[in-house]
Amino acid sequence: MPLLEVKDLTVRFDTGGGTVHAVSGVTYALEPGETLGVVGESGSGKSVHVLSMLGLIPKPPGRIAGGQVIFEGRDLLTMPEGELRQIRGKKIGVIFQDPMTSLNPVLTVETQIAEAITSHGLMSRKSAKARAVELLDLVGIPEPQKRVTQYPHQFSGGMRQRAMIAIGVACEPKLLIADEATTALDVTVQAQILDLMKDLKKKLGMAMIWITHDMGVVAGLADNVQVMYGGRIMERGPARAVFNDTRSAYTWGLLRSLPDHSEGRVYETHTPGQAKKRPRLQQIAGAPPDMTNPPPGDPFAPRNPFATERCHREVPPLVQARDAAPGHLVAAWYDLPRALLTNPTGAVPAAAGEAA
Amino acid sequence: MNAKAAPLLRVDGLTKHFHTSKNLFGKPTHTVKAVDGVSFEIGYGETLGLVGESGSGKSTTGRLILRLEEPTAGQVYFEGQEIGKLSSGQLSPIRKKLQVVFQDPFSSLNPRLRVGDSVGEPLQTHGLVSSGSDKRDKVAALFKQVGLDPKFMDRFPHQFSGGQRQRIGIARAIALGPKLIVADEPITALDVSIQAQIVNLFLDLQEELGMAYLFIAHDLGMVRHLCHRVAVMLRGRIVEMGSTEQVFANPQHPYTQALISAAPIPDPDREALRRRIPYDLVPPPPGAVLREVDPGHWALSAA
Repeated sequence: MPLLEVKDLTVRFDTGGGTVHAVSGVTYALEPGETLGVVGESGSGKSVHVLSMLGLIPKPPGRIAGGQVIFEGRDLLTMPEGELRQIRGKKIGVIFQDPMTSLNPVLTVETQIAEAITSHGLMSRKSAKARAVELLDLVGIPEPQKRVTQYPHQFSGGMRQRAMIAIGVACEPKLLIADEATTALDVTVQAQILDLMKDLKKKLGMAMIWITHDMGVVAGLADNVQVMYGGRIMERGPARAVFNDTRSAYTWGLLRSLPDHSEGRVYETHTPGQAKKRPRLQQIAGAPPDMTNPPPGDPFAPRNPFATERCHREVPPLVQARDAAPGHLVAAWYDLPRALLTNPTGAVPAAAGEAA
Repeated sequence: MNAKAAPLLRVDGLTKHFHTSKNLFGKPTHTVKAVDGVSFEIGYGETLGLVGESGSGKSTTGRLILRLEEPTAGQVYFEGQEIGKLSSGQLSPIRKKLQVVFQDPFSSLNPRLRVGDSVGEPLQTHGLVSSGSDKRDKVAALFKQVGLDPKFMDRFPHQFSGGQRQRIGIARAIALGPKLIVADEPITALDVSIQAQIVNLFLDLQEELGMAYLFIAHDLGMVRHLCHRVAVMLRGRIVEMGSTEQVFANPQHPYTQALISAAPIPDPDREALRRRIPYDLVPPPPGAVLREVDPGHWALSAA
């Protein structure tokens, strides 16, 4: 039985400038112990969809326009706030991007971790404090006995993020949700945190939803990858399948637009006065859609060189991709492998080439 | 040195100390060496990438070159002329040749000014337009050059997407025909699907106009793609510098090795094989100096 089932989740924001179609018909299931990487850019709905299932979007302007989120047999969306609060932090841990705004600056780290545990009635204050030291040790903070009595400002950025993770996993949740948890960190610190997460996942056996815009991060961390765009899931499947047998034109475009990381890739050195042509990146034309006025069909259609006439007018359902790995789903009216046979570089039809 | 023409930019022993606290008598008690004796050159038409952790001093180095901050010590030579001592009047002709592109195009554009006026402003300041219609024509040409439709000239910054705003910022930066653009994290705030467009625009403009870039960034993949040479900064010092292929294929300093090995690879198979080289972020020892390990490839090592 899945740990989490999201069914047709639809979220709207009513703003002065119109209704933002933030999340539309998002449907998926998460198994116990599974790590799901959710990839998308700003406005894709990747963060809003988890915030809304946790009751963390401001209402108004936010509004759940439809759907269910079943966690351990109960719908989180219709649950009274008091009960949801008991699940949040206890059974579902959350880590956000900026630990400085999520940690309380006037409380010691010990107090904050202990509070996370005792507020759910799991243990006494005294044993919770002992547990705080264990948790700091678990997330790799040196001298946890000393560190636990300090305040957040005495921690470096990487250590604050580790402290946030300690709070996130304090109650040994069944599900940990991380929203751009390493985005603000330097690349070396990010690497340490990602290693820590792989290690914790093994030790604690929890499921994870890791939300990021970075394809590299999910490549190393996720069992399954879900690519979102314009409030919808464009593609979902086992990580290797999504990366190596890509079915959505958006995923394909994103992966292609990244600089070539191949080893041994050598560029010529600059010689003054001698202009040498450098290769260009394979860019996706156009800009992300305005979600107050989303395209009527596939949200990526206006930028998609493979879009068919139907893509522009009708939203494609998310279904098993043809001749793909089981569970590899795509929302597309076009067939990407077939389209690539006739247009291998995704050459842009003249009309779609407008700059972003 | 006489036989060799002066490089476009030469930075010599550039140093910036910030005093973070003072004692009762106003004497500094705690000093942060944000930039600590940095020296490098940039040739005409060349791109130098400056990478490092936050707080490594890479942005401060850019600001010192632009004279947005005054250095504690060291010199900046632009086309052979030291610009540190110039008055703002003397600096004016150099400002034309030395421009900047910031990370967040939204905060660097005046929200109340039509974007065409923002782009045309430097032309007006330097007396390079003869009339209103001449300005419009020149701005329209700049818009086309950065891939924007000139009909958007009369709109305001908030009516544009992040990528379009960065194009406007770039149009403004190239308006005066600069020789060097300091680009401080110019793609960091952009959506992933837009980053490649802007990197390509930087490459196109360099080819057309022959500008040099100081490209300050933390995305090593993009730096590797865009830059001819790379300098790696750690705690205010350059720990390694060389051609892009020297630094990426044969990193010498342990910090460079750690940095390169830490970057995640967007490929599950190769990512599974990636081995991270750990590095404790200790500042380089005070006596350490840059030594040439290969022609043009320098790495910091103990004295």
